[in-house]
This record gives sequence, structure tokens and C-alpha cells, in this order.
Amino acid sequence: MTNMVDSARAADDAGLDASHASQRHVPGEPGIWVLLFGDMLVFTVLFTVYLHQRGIRPELFAESQGALNRALGATNTLVLLTSSILVVFATRALRRPELRYLARRLTLGGVLVGSCFVVIKAFEYHEKIAAGITPSTNEFFMYYFVLTGLHLAHVVIGLIVLTVLSTLARKPEPTKTHIAFFEGGACFWHMVDLLWIVIFPLVFLVR
Amino acid sequence: MRSVVRTKASLIWFLLCALTIVSWALGTNHGSGAGHHLPASLVIFAVAVFKVRLVGLYFMELKTAPTVLRGLFEGYCLGLFGLLTAMFVFS
Repeated sequence: MTNMVDSARAADDAGLDASHASQRHVPGEPGIWVLLFGDMLVFTVLFTVYLHQRGIRPELFAESQGALNRALGATNTLVLLTSSILVVFATRALRRPELRYLARRLTLGGVLVGSCFVVIKAFEYHEKIAAGITPSTNEFFMYYFVLTGLHLAHVVIGLIVLTVLSTLARKPEPTKTHIAFFEGGACFWHMVDLLWIVIFPLVFLVR
Repeated sequence: MRSVVRTKASLIWFLLCALTIVSWALGTNHGSGAGHHLPASLVIFAVAVFKVRLVGLYFMELKTAPTVLRGLFEGYCLGLFGLLTAMFVFS
């Protein structure tokens, strides 16, 4: 009996229903992981190139970094984390027939909170451009705009994916394929969060 | 609604937010200028990769994924930390 309770609790902790508890489960379609790991590796190469360039001109990078708005960067991290947890809740709700009615609202909540990232980033870019800072100002700002701009493109794609998922979440009886598609889209959104978790300290904090 | 929110992922979200604020404070207060600020920067990298791992295990649900998939992710986290710190220290 205790084992059964522990097993159910373990499944709850993982955000999975009881049917997933007994077996290991690939979130989403297996193919999505090729895309996710590929994207993560591409960004890792960019992080390496950035750090290599920083090593060549440490003074320029440290001085230029001082012009960044760290408060906005930290706020954007909290925004993405909050959007991600809403999508975690939505995935969990979609798997449970009695809670399925919440899945769409939670996904749209994730879209709404995630959209704040775009608004804040637009404000941040506006702040820089108004101060005469562009990608051609120096090497640091070239990498700043490339890294954050490429990530911003992922945020926009992620928001579109979440919007598509919100229509999927309306289905009263989603199939296993629907749920796997939802999980895959959710994992893409979490990857967007994961990438920002590295970009923020890398570009805004360490020196 | 309560059963959706009452999950370990919620606690992880709280921890991730707290760690973000710690890194922000550390990154803002460890001085400015051209010098190396090695200890604080290494702590910031370690916290970032720890946060990446938490997102992978609890938000992406890799904690309950097949060993190969989870192993790939754990390997990525380890490689990422090694690469970031090595490039930061030795570049």
C-alpha cells in the first residue's frame, strides 16, 4: 500500500499521471529531441565564440557590458520561468480528463506572460538604439544583438507554437498523438527558457 | 486547480526564481571595469547550469525519461559547464 502511495506521489511530482509512473516516458515525439539538442548545440557554439572574443578584448567587453540593463534581463528571466511553469501546469491538466478544461486557459496564460518578454526586449532594444548603440558600435554589442536577437526569434516561434497548442488543448478527448505533440511543443518552450538562463548571465552578468 | 499546481515543479519554479535573484545580485555587486571577477563569475556559471538542469529534469520531464535521453541531457549540462568555465578562465 505504501509503495502504491509512493508511486502515485512520484508520478505527481514528475507531473505525470499514474499510467506514466510505471514506465520511462519520452516527452513529446522522439524526433523533437533531435531539433532541441541541435538548437542547444548551435547556441553552445555561439556561447563559445562569444567567450573566445571576450578573451581577446576583456576591457571592451567589461566596459560595454556596463551599458546593459541588468534589471530588465533578470525580469525577463522571471517572465520566462513563470510562463514555463504555466505550460507545465497545462501539460499536466491535459493528461487528466477531469482537469482538461484548464489546459487551454493555462496555455494561453503561458502565451500572455511569455509575450511580456517580447515587450521588455523591445523596450531594451529601444533604450540601446536611443543611446546610439547598435550592432556596429563594437564587437560586444554585435554579439549582444546576435545572441539576444536569435533568442528573441525563438521566443516568437515558441509563442506561435503555444498558440497552436492552445487550440489543441480545446479537444475534449485528445489522442496520444495530440498529447505527444503538446508535450513536444511544451519542451520547445522550456528550451527557449533554458537558453535564456545561460544567455542572461553570460552576456549581462559575468565579467 | 489545486492538484495541478501542487507539484514538485512548483517548488522548482520557486527555487529557480530565487536563484535568478541571487545571480542578479551577485552579477550586479561584484564590481565593474576591466578586471577579472573570477570567483563570482564561476559561481554565476555554476548556478546557471544548475538552473538549466532543473528546467530539463522537472519542466521538460527528463527526470522520468529513458536513461539514454536523460543521459544525453546530463552530459550536455556537464559539457556546458566545462566549456563555459574553461573558455572564461583560459581565453
